[in-house]
Amino acid sequence: MTSAKAIFKRLTTPLAWLLFLMSLVGSASAQYPAKPSPPRLVNDFTNTLSGGELNALEQKLMAYNDSTSTQIAIVIISTTDGADIGQYTIELFNKWEIGDKQKDNGVLINVAKNDRKVFIVTGRGVEEYLPDAICKRIVTNKIVPNFKQDNYYGGLNDAVDEVISRLSGNFINDKEEEDNGIPLWVVILIIVIILFVLPNIFGGGGGTTYSRRGYNSWGSGPLLGGGGWSSGGGGWSSGSSGGFGGFGGGSSGGGGAGGSW
Amino acid sequence: MKNIIRLFIILFAASSLTSCGYNTMVEKREAVNGAWGNVESAYQRRADLIPNLVNTVKGAANFEQSTLTAVVEARAKATSIQLKAEDLTEENLQKYQEAQDGLKGALKSLLMVTENYPELKATAAFQELQAQLEGTENRINTERNRFNDAVKDYNATIASFPQLLMAKMFGFTPKAYFKAAAGADAAPEVKF
Repeated sequence: MTSAKAIFKRLTTPLAWLLFLMSLVGSASAQYPAKPSPPRLVNDFTNTLSGGELNALEQKLMAYNDSTSTQIAIVIISTTDGADIGQYTIELFNKWEIGDKQKDNGVLINVAKNDRKVFIVTGRGVEEYLPDAICKRIVTNKIVPNFKQDNYYGGLNDAVDEVISRLSGNFINDKEEEDNGIPLWVVILIIVIILFVLPNIFGGGGGTTYSRRGYNSWGSGPLLGGGGWSSGGGGWSSGSSGGFGGFGGGSSGGGGAGGSW
Repeated sequence: MKNIIRLFIILFAASSLTSCGYNTMVEKREAVNGAWGNVESAYQRRADLIPNLVNTVKGAANFEQSTLTAVVEARAKATSIQLKAEDLTEENLQKYQEAQDGLKGALKSLLMVTENYPELKATAAFQELQAQLEGTENRINTERNRFNDAVKDYNATIASFPQLLMAKMFGFTPKAYFKAAAGADAAPEVKF
């Protein structure tokens, strides 16, 4: 009995130590910004972009994600604290899990502003369309010339356009749940309107309250009804385009390229 | 007494065989094998780039021949060592890593020599090739880290109770890790 115990101990103790040491090593690595919450595709931690520029990029990338499921994310940090920009960006990509889990179709453009370095990392699924040499070309031709003139928005916008044009037609958004979800919502809304809103408009519309004072032409049904409809429409549109839904579990095998300006 | 213990162990092993123990070990071993495949293809990718690099560099006026031959030789040596996932012992992996690191070193000195050829460095073809080389190094790094994670997971599983008993019986042996080459990347500090 004791010998079995001794074997067990002999086998597990060094391994436990090894694992302990490795966990220490892991925790001593560089600091990465936490996943944005609520999720956003454009994350400027340096306040380099103006509010309008930030929104324009976010809208463009969000629309592209909605139609193709391709997630192009932009991060601007001040420095990587001495870490290699490529390794840092790959690690950040995999921590945030950019792109769809099955398609691995994420792209991350990371700018370390004070280091004056930029790096584009590609998910495994887009490597085919955005090989390293092309990423290098985008950095050299689109990003660096603009960044040299402090035109950060211009550089990023041109780079995004180039990435989108290279990827166009290769991915589609085939998520089922959204196709089923919205009609159900609309159906319920219509039922609610038919049951509660319409009877109020046509049945009670100004009949007793306004007609007594003679304000019929101003306050009766049609005008009130118009107000009701437009607020309903507003609610529906904000529900469907509520914002970027979050990163999808994609991973990168380390593809991409970068440069400095 | 000894027989009773043996019987007990066999019964215990048999019971956990049907639950998750054995299957988990197989899955984790497969994960290690898969990760090893990715490591190998990342290294292969680098080897595949070298003929292209050599041709591009050769075009530059009187480029130093010795650095070129060093790279070609290191490539031949690195690609001659193939390692199957079943043979991932510490000794084998070290040999594999040495050969690959030799190629990495040869490439590094080649790129250093190119500093003396500004007209070569300025060409778009060379710059893109360099980006591709950097990309393969990043891929190698990424796949090696993933491989180490998979091995860590597998080794921990086969060494923990009760899988430990079955691991011995069915020949699940611990697999080796990649070690970070000295000065290869910013070495993390271990503090107690």
